[in-house]
Amino acid sequence: MIEITNIYKEFDDTPVLKGINATFENGKTSLVIGQSGSGKTVLLKCMLGLLSPEKGDICYDGRHYEDMTGDEKRDLRKEIGMVFQGGALFDSSTVEENVMFPLKMFTNNPYSEMLERVNFVLQRVNLENVNKKYPDELSGGMQKRVAIARAIVMNPKYLFCDEPNSGLDPNTAIIIDNLIQEITQEYNITTIINSHDMNSVMEIGEKIIFLKNGVKEWEGTSNDIFRTDNKAITDFVYSSNLFKKVREAQLKENK
Amino acid sequence: MLQQVFKSPQKKSVFRELIFKEIEDLGISSIGIVAFISFFVGGVVVIQTALNLESPLTPKYLIGYASRESLILEFSPTLISIILAGKVGSYITSSIGTMRVTEQIDALEVMGINSLNHLVLPKIIANVFFYPFVIILSITLGILGGWTAGIITELVTSNDYLIGIRSDFEPFHVTYSLIKTAVFAFVIATIPAYHGFYVKGGAIEVGKASTRSVVWTSIVIIVLNYFLTQMLLGK
Repeated sequence: MIEITNIYKEFDDTPVLKGINATFENGKTSLVIGQSGSGKTVLLKCMLGLLSPEKGDICYDGRHYEDMTGDEKRDLRKEIGMVFQGGALFDSSTVEENVMFPLKMFTNNPYSEMLERVNFVLQRVNLENVNKKYPDELSGGMQKRVAIARAIVMNPKYLFCDEPNSGLDPNTAIIIDNLIQEITQEYNITTIINSHDMNSVMEIGEKIIFLKNGVKEWEGTSNDIFRTDNKAITDFVYSSNLFKKVREAQLKENK
Repeated sequence: MLQQVFKSPQKKSVFRELIFKEIEDLGISSIGIVAFISFFVGGVVVIQTALNLESPLTPKYLIGYASRESLILEFSPTLISIILAGKVGSYITSSIGTMRVTEQIDALEVMGINSLNHLVLPKIIANVFFYPFVIILSITLGILGGWTAGIITELVTSNDYLIGIRSDFEPFHVTYSLIKTAVFAFVIATIPAYHGFYVKGGAIEVGKASTRSVVWTSIVIIVLNYFLTQMLLGK
């Protein structure tokens, strides 16, 4: 479980996060949603320790990030898997080398064992016969799957995904979303996804946190999102024509 | 930055692999251009020296002597280092800079890897230990190029040239040349790495950072060249 308390972050005296509180539970897929510039990525980077918040506390299963030594922080990061928006695969390494990289860095397993584990996670994300390919030889969806495979190869406790289905077609996006949710439940991982994709919210959002201008405006489940009266979130949800039409149809039915 | 760079590597076996990869990328891949330039510049040095020593009272072997000294003292360690600052420096900045803007460095950090140590230290070690060999090769090929040019142009006989390159040899000049090379090799690895590591933005900023790093590396090499020469050869 990850608990964040009163996270405050600013850039050049401009506040980007204004006192965010949230709890992310094990085995659940939590989504942080909001428009571009709402502070989602900054929040994620603060939680990962890539940015230091000005105020606030981040607690990983009772371990307070601020109180940790440099080595403890590094050890904690070995328990974290991260899927970056662009994949962040090492482009001069093959798929196999990319996925094997954390194993080579942090285990002393023989090569055959590492290869077995790499093949296992690649199969788990439905990728086969791509071991020797380079990232730029793969489609966007396949690159995301390799990124997921690399993120889970060390059996992480915590999985962070920054807009994992951005730039993907709707079908592939749903496949990636479902894959993340399956992995989360299968390995009891605490998963946090940044997204502004309403399909993801509907598909896998067990817990949703809505950010607006650096403030947590709303928190609930994917079922609650259509029942809330919060104007900020309804504006966000119904900015999509599809959802607007669904909403209009629901209102007509209710009349 | 340097404090993070010089921390103990997290996995020795991976670190060893990285050093060999960097020796190949930064050192071995530069041998061709260094050899080509050194051979021809050696020839040019001999021709120009010969044309400036036209007096019948000046012994011809001085052409070989002067060429050897200019290659050992200045051309190979300094000029080749500036050429490498362009070739290798821009490669280091653009490769690290691209890793930065495509979040590959963030990916390393999130995995718990000291990215500065992982990316920069192998480059420093590869440069500092391999470039002296490149410079020795450059000196050798420069002298060989000068010999060839001297014979072809008939400005100096083979015998005079060979006497010249062996006369009044001062071994410390080679030591001085290699000390300079090691210092310049460190500069060629660190300044471009700094510019690449802290780049912000996208492809254009990476390009600008590469240009900036080459300019700064060249300036620092020239300034250090002066101070090292004064320290090591000055009286």
